[in-house]
Amino acid sequence: MLFKTILIANRGEIAVRVIRACKEMGIKTVAVFSDADKDGLHVKYADEAVNIGPALSRKSYLNIGNIIDAAKKTKAEAIHPGYGFLSENSDFAKACFDNDIMFIGPSAKSIAMAGDKSAARQTLMDLGIPIIPGSDDIISSSDEACQVADSVGYPIILKAAGGGGGRGMRIAYNRSELITAFSIASGEAKVAFGNPDIYLEKYIEKPRHIEVQILGDHFGNYIHLAERECSIQLRYQKLIEESPSPFVDENFRTELGETAIKIAKAINYTNAGTMEFLVDKHKNFYFMEVNARVQVEHPVTELVTGVDIVQQQILIASGEKLVLKQNDINIDGWSMECRINANDPNDNFMPSPGQIESVIFPGGPGIRLDTHIHDKYMVTPFYDSLIGKLIVWAKDRPAAINRMSRALSEFEIRGIETTIGFYKKVIKNDQFQKGDIDTHFLEKF
Amino acid sequence: MGEKFHTITSPVMGTFYRSTAPGEKFLVEVGQKINTSDIVCMIESMKIFTELRSEQSGIVRKILVENEDPVMKNQALIEIEPN
Repeated sequence: MLFKTILIANRGEIAVRVIRACKEMGIKTVAVFSDADKDGLHVKYADEAVNIGPALSRKSYLNIGNIIDAAKKTKAEAIHPGYGFLSENSDFAKACFDNDIMFIGPSAKSIAMAGDKSAARQTLMDLGIPIIPGSDDIISSSDEACQVADSVGYPIILKAAGGGGGRGMRIAYNRSELITAFSIASGEAKVAFGNPDIYLEKYIEKPRHIEVQILGDHFGNYIHLAERECSIQLRYQKLIEESPSPFVDENFRTELGETAIKIAKAINYTNAGTMEFLVDKHKNFYFMEVNARVQVEHPVTELVTGVDIVQQQILIASGEKLVLKQNDINIDGWSMECRINANDPNDNFMPSPGQIESVIFPGGPGIRLDTHIHDKYMVTPFYDSLIGKLIVWAKDRPAAINRMSRALSEFEIRGIETTIGFYKKVIKNDQFQKGDIDTHFLEKF
Repeated sequence: MGEKFHTITSPVMGTFYRSTAPGEKFLVEVGQKINTSDIVCMIESMKIFTELRSEQSGIVRKILVENEDPVMKNQALIEIEPN
């Protein structure tokens, strides 16, 4: 039975995105908000809204008790966690379960397994899935980090166990860099995810970041929705994503897709998830991690496959069988997303919170804009800098680039600095247009 | 008096931290000698931590903001007396 009421435990554009999916399915929505988000679009769009505390995330959007209370008070049968915040927190998934609230995502056990690097690594090695050498478990001190780094060899990368998005992620080329990086990464991870745990991996230079979207129901049915190319990153934060990848042909797509499903099955993964791979220029690929949530860049997959991933998440969580079969999934055309961030490209991408004076949104054929901003919107420093996602669809990659260029030229945000102007330059770049990109492309840009 | 001090200001609106991670030891104390490019404080804005480094060597004379307080862009944070 489909849920009657869903609480969305998030804010910003993803809260708006989930509310839209619910509305189209005839499901009642409950928004939650911090003191800083009283005027948020998600509050306005939802049928009901509950204040869950002060602006600081750990007191509101990371506050499990307050969110569960809000769900009980509003009789929500399910919680959609969005991405970030508590979306990959197995304690939260378990708290939902203990309170008879359905968590729209994988089971607490799968989340814990996806996060538990040592268990996941052993399982995957047994299945013959290539993985990057690194720490088998979370690293608890900088001394331990140095020991592991000595055994796998520098450079190394530190990553937060609690989530992705570049938070709590640092590279070190030697021992002294590692000691400082460890403390900073751990602090960032604690603030962003409420979990300071860090693990360490050998750092593979010049790779592409290619990931596979999967869906799995509670009856053992799995499909993949092809790949997303996410190599355009700055400081491990994806900025431009596309689907399909210009580097992936039909055979490679099948190989990546089947590998992703194999991983999902191995950890009894249900709901929507993403298997991230690093791919070198010889098409060797290494499994990086499971993103046990809906991802920021999910719309590019939606536009080329015609599958509404958020609605699929809700259907799966409510106990429906996957109706889609692998043969139903065809890639039609090309989709590309630019993350519109409140960062200043002319000042080293420094965060640029502040009051928006006015906005003019792009429109016309093939444009999708997922955002929560509007005229006079206050972009606070308390949350991440993503203020919108500009997504285009066109018949092929050159046409998608032209359409993105046109949409960026229409898009105007006054009052704060954003990345719009920067993307105009990136997509004009010859190497980008040829699809000759790796995760370091923007460093040289 | 302001003239002879090197003032470290916040490059962005955010939250001021005196340590690299919550609960860790403070990076600098008043009266402490520091070298050029030492990290003296952190600013968190939009979940990103920025390390602020001293452009001069000298002695920390004043810390103008409390740990974890909100700060505005260009707000003075720490005064250093160059040597």
